Amino acid sequence: MKRSWFQSKAFQEGARDGLPIGIGYFAVSFALGIAMRNVGMNWFQGMVMSLLNNASAGEYAGIAMIGAHALYIETAFMVMIANARYFLMSCALSQKISPKTSLFHRILIGFDITDELFGLAIAKKGYVEPSYYYGAMSVSIPGWAIGTALGIVLGNILPTRIVQALSVALFGMFLAVIIPQAKKDSVVFIFILLSFLLSYLCTLLPMLAGISEGTKTIVLTVLLASLAAVIRPHKEETNE
Amino acid sequence: MNNYIWTTIFVMAIVSLLIRVIPLTLFRRQIKNQFIRSFLYYVPYITLAIMTFPAILHATGSPIAGFVAFVGGILITWFGGSLIQTSVSCCIIAYLMLLLLHL
Repeated sequence: MKRSWFQSKAFQEGARDGLPIGIGYFAVSFALGIAMRNVGMNWFQGMVMSLLNNASAGEYAGIAMIGAHALYIETAFMVMIANARYFLMSCALSQKISPKTSLFHRILIGFDITDELFGLAIAKKGYVEPSYYYGAMSVSIPGWAIGTALGIVLGNILPTRIVQALSVALFGMFLAVIIPQAKKDSVVFIFILLSFLLSYLCTLLPMLAGISEGTKTIVLTVLLASLAAVIRPHKEETNE
Repeated sequence: MNNYIWTTIFVMAIVSLLIRVIPLTLFRRQIKNQFIRSFLYYVPYITLAIMTFPAILHATGSPIAGFVAFVGGILITWFGGSLIQTSVSCCIIAYLMLLLLHL
């Protein structure tokens, strides 16, 4: 009998690498669940929202719009802005999968482009196999959905300190994706430092205070990545 | 109200899906343009860096605990810590800092 895709080595590897993401998601989505509860959503609605959206900032935007009884078109626009960085990530990811990848796999991978899974895929050498991505999805999606549902149901039962400490898990993962590359590539090193600095300065300048987190991320990313691409065009990868 | 919530959930889902799927299905070949290739090479590192800092300072409710976890995470991954090791270490550091600061 042919081995099914979820028994493949790539799938299991993806599931292993995705586990810390699933755990981190659990903590973040728990907080999301509390916000949903505050606007009157039940656990089932929250879980479906998380299953279909897979986005922290995007979902926060949507929850806030529900709380404000916004028009659907307004909500759609807000969610688009909050999730616009996934458009960039999707562009980048299109170059990380084999050109032969079928439409079905492209849609399924696209469905769950998140900051963390994107980080995982980018950290892989060469092309990312769809089954590797699905392995990571198989543990991160339940973590996200169950965390949301429990956040709505349980509210404030977990000790605050534990929830707070767990919330840095995702940032630790981001660091583990970007820092090894900074060690190898001095331009990446400099631009990571610049990113930290400018992102921080944006929160200090009063005239930029009104800009949302999502917009800030997009504008800075486009500016800095363009600058880096002009200053030092990246040589064709030799490791692929 | 229930109808309103359900419709909103599906509107959100469609927007989220389209924004993620369109580039992946549109760019089916390797992009040849040197600028775009370089741009896309730098995007992930820059965007993840922007999202990490200063957001990590606000994650725990204590900027000091967040900052120590941030520096600790950088050092651990710089000296070879894996994804899981770095992530878990950051949580432990944050927890210990919160204990230490009596928060």
